[in-house]
Amino acid sequence: MEFLNGFVALSNFVLVPAIAYGSQLALGALGVTLIYGILRFSNFAHGDTMAFGAMVTVLVTWAMQSIGISFGPLPTALLALPFGIAGAVLMVLMTDKMVYKFYREKKSKPVILVIVSMGVMFMMNGIVRVIIGPNEQQFRDGERFLIKAREFKNMTGLDEGLAIKSTQAITVVTAAIAVALLFWFLNKTRTGKSMRAYSDNEDLALLSGINPERVVAVTWIIVAALATIAGVLYGLDKSFKPFTYFQLLLPIFASAIVGGLGNPLGAIAGGFVVAFSEVMITYAWKKVLGYWLPDTLEPSGLVQLLSTDYKFAVSFMILIVVLLFRPTGLFKGKAY
Amino acid sequence: MKKLLTATAASALLAASAVAAEDVKIGVILGFTGPLESITPMMAAGAEMAMAEVTASGKLLDGSTVTPVRADSTCIDAAAATAAAERLITSDNVNAIMGADCSGVTGAILQNVARANGVVMVSPSATSPALSTAEDDGLFFRTAPSDARQGVVMTDVIMERGIKTVALTYTNNDYGKGLADSFQAAFEAAGGTVTISAAHEDGKADYSAEVGALASAGGEVLVVAGYTDQGGKGIIQASLDTGAFDTFVLPDGMVGQELVDTIGSDLDGSFGQYPGTDSKGSEVFQGLAAAAGFDGTSAFAPESYDAAALIMLAMQAAGSTNSADFAGKIMDLANAPGEPILPGELGKALDLIAAGQDIDYVGATAVELIGPGESAGNYREIEIGGGAINTVRFR
Repeated sequence: MEFLNGFVALSNFVLVPAIAYGSQLALGALGVTLIYGILRFSNFAHGDTMAFGAMVTVLVTWAMQSIGISFGPLPTALLALPFGIAGAVLMVLMTDKMVYKFYREKKSKPVILVIVSMGVMFMMNGIVRVIIGPNEQQFRDGERFLIKAREFKNMTGLDEGLAIKSTQAITVVTAAIAVALLFWFLNKTRTGKSMRAYSDNEDLALLSGINPERVVAVTWIIVAALATIAGVLYGLDKSFKPFTYFQLLLPIFASAIVGGLGNPLGAIAGGFVVAFSEVMITYAWKKVLGYWLPDTLEPSGLVQLLSTDYKFAVSFMILIVVLLFRPTGLFKGKAY
Repeated sequence: MKKLLTATAASALLAASAVAAEDVKIGVILGFTGPLESITPMMAAGAEMAMAEVTASGKLLDGSTVTPVRADSTCIDAAAATAAAERLITSDNVNAIMGADCSGVTGAILQNVARANGVVMVSPSATSPALSTAEDDGLFFRTAPSDARQGVVMTDVIMERGIKTVALTYTNNDYGKGLADSFQAAFEAAGGTVTISAAHEDGKADYSAEVGALASAGGEVLVVAGYTDQGGKGIIQASLDTGAFDTFVLPDGMVGQELVDTIGSDLDGSFGQYPGTDSKGSEVFQGLAAAAGFDGTSAFAPESYDAAALIMLAMQAAGSTNSADFAGKIMDLANAPGEPILPGELGKALDLIAAGQDIDYVGATAVELIGPGESAGNYREIEIGGGAINTVRFR
């Protein structure tokens, strides 16, 4: 019983939130890693691409809500998601044509493209704030919980409650579907294979007749879709506020680098590593240890390694450790 | 031309009749420029309304008139505020100072000018706990409560419900930290236990990590010293989502209908307090202010009226406009026993004092001065129920 109570407390405050957060980071990191693998630069505008896609979704959701369309117990935002993806795709294809293409044709160095992406980041950041404003926006509807903490307590008779928000479940399911589709696309379709070929060896790919502009366009479309899904899931599960996506950039990059830049599998693993580290290092273990340890060893302090204020510092620490000891990441990524 | 002549003649007559009495000058030093410039005009209007009322009654010290002299405290620049106060005393010869507004400049003026020249200072709005212990030679008073006071009131509210252990989270700024510290000190002094005191940052998307730490520390209720539209709301939402806490204690920054509307019925049973009074004085004051053409509900305008009124009543009680004589009278006048005095009754109060009777100045904010001459403050204890903020009582 003691053990179960401890485990439920752990699930409630660590496992469930970390899995949901990890899925959101993994989707974000996948986008970063694809750009890095195929277009060969770190896209700093990724966080704001997420914000832009999420913003379009929010606007469409509001429109749907106002004319009475709903998705039953599921959030209406899922119905609006395809529109959000379309909006984000248009946006990134436009920026590619107007900005990145110029530098690609000049064969600029990756570092120049990184700086260019920062410019794009500030532009998108501004556009999103001009359109929807800098404040928090509410667009969630539908059923809020799968299991409520109090119901769980009554059901099981345990002292600790376990709450699973429907948005957390939706996040995990949607992320799993998106990742499965992505891997199927990369491994089984012709376009996916040409993308991988282009990523492995650009010159050889060009020689074998792959159209580079097409590969680039498809990459942007996939990245925009992933970014929008990640952004909407994050907004649904937490809250939508343009600035938070900018802040997400750090953990997303940490995830991509930890997993190995350019390696899609690594991005997913990295997302979960970063999410679990962030949550576990800033969690106060007093309650869980109180259940698990014998009374004589029960801690009197909070057993919190780092105050929650330093959550983002965890991403930095992981980044530094990985770059020092395993620069190519857990799964072999590219290191230019 | 004729009109002008009459006016000149009239004012000459007035001036002549005032020669026998005195022209009392009171400095009104507020931040007319700077961060508080939006509310200081109403504060000054409140103070000047009290002075006009006393002048019109003609009962202060055998028909003395009271003239306000404005000066700019800037709210943030201690050097500029000190220079302005210096000018009030040395070149305008004010008998007392109504001000200053912000705690920092108030402390600077008190130490550098008021004490050096022995002039009484009554601040309507400085709320820093540090001013309670500042050296003041008995010259400094304030009609606003110290921030530390809310910590004590909140302790009473919680203790009276039989709650002994609480978790505490505060927004990471001067307001949150100050309130959290004063509450923790008061609560622990009263025999309660604060299991954790953790800061939260405003404007984040997700507070589940913060709530995880709070839940781990435990406590019967969670005290949230934050803002309704910021981290405070996020903390409450995340606590309810994870079942970490069911009941929340809400200090002034957290009491708002918007919070009740967004969170819904889960917030029922949570309680708290914010500054407020049911005294008739505030109603009367608002009526007077409306008649005088300014907004009486503006923050600290009633406190300013009371600050100015107390200065003038104390002069009457001491029979002198010299700070050294009347400084000691302020506390007596503000507190019971005696005839309660509401705004607009200053003339009556002056009569009573002249007749040697006790008065209890209630004023616009139900002033009660405690400790080193600061307002005890009046708080409205509230409880959330049925989607509304219900008043339990006033304390």
